[in-house]
Amino acid sequence: MSAKIEYKPKEIKVYLDGEIDHHSASLLRASIDEAIIQKKPSMLTLDFSDVSFMDSSGIGLVMGRYKLMKTVGGRIRVENLSASAYRVMVLAGLERLGEIKQKEVI
Amino acid sequence: MKTINEMRLSVDSRSINEGFSRVAVAAFIACLDPNVEELTDIKTAVSEAVTNAIVHGYRDYQGKIYITVSLLENNIVRIKVRDKGVGIADIEKAMQPLFTTAGSERAGLGFAVMESFMDRVRVLSKPGAGTTVTLEKKIWGKNI
Repeated sequence: MSAKIEYKPKEIKVYLDGEIDHHSASLLRASIDEAIIQKKPSMLTLDFSDVSFMDSSGIGLVMGRYKLMKTVGGRIRVENLSASAYRVMVLAGLERLGEIKQKEVI
Repeated sequence: MKTINEMRLSVDSRSINEGFSRVAVAAFIACLDPNVEELTDIKTAVSEAVTNAIVHGYRDYQGKIYITVSLLENNIVRIKVRDKGVGIADIEKAMQPLFTTAGSERAGLGFAVMESFMDRVRVLSKPGAGTTVTLEKKIWGKNI
């Protein structure tokens, strides 16, 4: 599991890679939060293109980052979810917190 | 229901074993030729059950998690995830969506995910003795 963080003007984009579970989520959290606190962006984008597995730990990851983004006055966007990761996110009602988008099927 | 094939596995309650547990279960049921969605559903549900055992059952100390996978007649998979941890006093409350005792980074949706991804979820627990989560799903494979 890794996260590549890209800094744009007023936006942070995080490219997540690998499997997201309770074990890996805690490691990801720390690096993303550090970037948010430092840059205080108005938008945080989490890109799930290369996430091969996600359980409900992914919900906690998004919810926790949503709360932190709120404290710095920004919003959150989740992109390129697999069909099953999208199902988990919708089960949690996360589409009410920000833009949640599935991977486009080619 | 008759058991056709079975495997047992025990792992330490360390979070690093979450990935191993779900992959081992998926590998065992591969002989039923499940489709990609079924395999993902089962891996996700197993991941939730094993995480619960680590985060809740063995929250104060480390222990063993016992996983039994039975392949039953009619392509039904039964997975038992058992711990000898603290147990759950109020199962109904524990299974309610958004209920958690593990802090803000846990969504409290583990059981909701298991129920949504599996055909049947049963929980047996006794405070001080441990918890057994039984998950069942029929594998349709490519015939769906």
